[in-house]
Amino acid sequence: MTVRQLSLFLENRPGQLRVPCRALGEAGLDVLTMSLADTREFGILRLVVEDWARARAVLEAAGQVVNVTDLLAIDVPARPGGLAEVLGALERAGLGIEYMYPFTTGDREGRATLLFRVEDPASAAPRLAAAGVPVVAAAELFRRRRG
Amino acid sequence: MSSTWNDAPGGFHPVSAPDYLPRAQLEALQLGRLQAIVRRAYQRVPLFRERMEARRLGPDSLRALPDLGALPFTVKADLRDTYPFGLFASPMEEVVRLHASSGTTGKPIVVAYTEADLQVWTSVMVRAFAACGLHRGDVIQNAYGYGLFTGGLGAHYGAEALGATVIPISGGNTERQLMVLQDFGVTAICCTPSYMVHLVERARESGIGLGKLAVGVFGAEPWSEGMRRHIQDAAGIRAHDIYGLSEIVGPGVGIECLHRDGLHLFEDHFYPEIVDPETGAVLPDGSEGELVLTTLSKQAMPMIRYRTRDVTAILPEPCRCGRTLRRIRRIGRRADDMFIIRGVNVFPSQVEAALLQAEGTLPHYQIVLTRAHGLDEMEVQVEVTGALFSDRIGGLEALQAKIADAVEHVVGLRVKIHLAAPHTLPRSEGKARRVVDRRDP
Repeated sequence: MTVRQLSLFLENRPGQLRVPCRALGEAGLDVLTMSLADTREFGILRLVVEDWARARAVLEAAGQVVNVTDLLAIDVPARPGGLAEVLGALERAGLGIEYMYPFTTGDREGRATLLFRVEDPASAAPRLAAAGVPVVAAAELFRRRRG
Repeated sequence: MSSTWNDAPGGFHPVSAPDYLPRAQLEALQLGRLQAIVRRAYQRVPLFRERMEARRLGPDSLRALPDLGALPFTVKADLRDTYPFGLFASPMEEVVRLHASSGTTGKPIVVAYTEADLQVWTSVMVRAFAACGLHRGDVIQNAYGYGLFTGGLGAHYGAEALGATVIPISGGNTERQLMVLQDFGVTAICCTPSYMVHLVERARESGIGLGKLAVGVFGAEPWSEGMRRHIQDAAGIRAHDIYGLSEIVGPGVGIECLHRDGLHLFEDHFYPEIVDPETGAVLPDGSEGELVLTTLSKQAMPMIRYRTRDVTAILPEPCRCGRTLRRIRRIGRRADDMFIIRGVNVFPSQVEAALLQAEGTLPHYQIVLTRAHGLDEMEVQVEVTGALFSDRIGGLEALQAKIADAVEHVVGLRVKIHLAAPHTLPRSEGKARRVVDRRDP
């Protein structure tokens, strides 16, 4: 029920972001969504790629240090208050959010998909699903994107 | 020959016999050789004769080994000042090889060997490899740089004379090193310890095993006991420290036997003293100080009381291996590696110990010293490895703080920790350059 994310360490210098992007491009790997967290000194680039294992190998061969984490993908109703409802459900489940960012399919059939980084996503996913939160499996996410 | 001489399953190597000479016999041999080498240097090296004359010492002033303490020191600057051939004691017709140091500042230093000198060098390297348990049948990947640096050729001829199979791969090209390591059935490797850490890291990243590798012979830079444990655990090998310096002969001055508890010096060719680095006074065995070496048999370039700048101690107790050769404690620091920041003396080995303690692994690192508005700053640049990297900003900031705490605990100063991308800090195939001093003189 989780989605694999690759995180990359980037130094805060010009040209650092292009290195992994070019490596993935040359390998024909499509980045489905991404988010960049930064401090004054360094940044963390977070990526979702369908063939994450190959993407990881390609990035490591390009000299990147790669960390693999699981995220929860959740469908959020695309209307005022929709996100607050989902956050309420997470709170009731006792889940803290480390960070979150949207999946690039955007608004489809009245919903937007967001990716959440929480502690122990593997056990959180079924709990949330049982509580009626629409957690989306990776396969479903990729199927939707292919359309 | 007792069976305790037998380090190698292949059998005792006859060339190792001098390792087990009774002390009295060894000391008689040392005195005879010392008297001859002092005479040779006096007669053939003008700088040495001038210094002896200034002390009213003649060519035959040595009656006993402790008399050596009265003779003048030789320092690295003497080699630079007499560049290139000023300390040679043999005419060029008898010199069959020259080597030179990389020389971090200005001109390199040049060292010379006669045919007999090369034979001695090869014999001590054979004894060094034998002490590591290597023998005919071993496949030795020699990843020391071949060329002017003494490491490559010194290890090469020693391994060949041992009867092992040598792969003269030289330094660099990590991918090829790992391929050869696996495909050629390599059982032992020679390189710098920092390069071995790099090789192991790359092998792990690429999911490659290390094949039959069982022994590493690492030298050319100071390394810590923690780094040894790291290499031994990560590579599943036995890691031996080898000691040497071009001015004396190259690698093969000292070696750790299977017990890896101090390095045996090949005392029949290199005579050790420990001196106070400030006063130059000779210290008794067991005291920590600067290692001073005298070559006992070198013809082309005898070195009398050469100040190595390496800080160690002579271990007085006999070693369990049965060798009568005295041991020195492994060299963790050099007298000139130390730097002073805000009045605090710091050794890179202390920073290394802090990194190991904070992370349990040894990432590649560099220390950068700068001066801004008259205030000295120390920054430790640490490469982020897969083991250290977190997907959370907070995780990385916690890592920085943890390393800063560990360094502060060891060094007594709060320093800046910079996290660097993997494989971005400079790596040398020779000695790792741990300190970059950008402060104005």
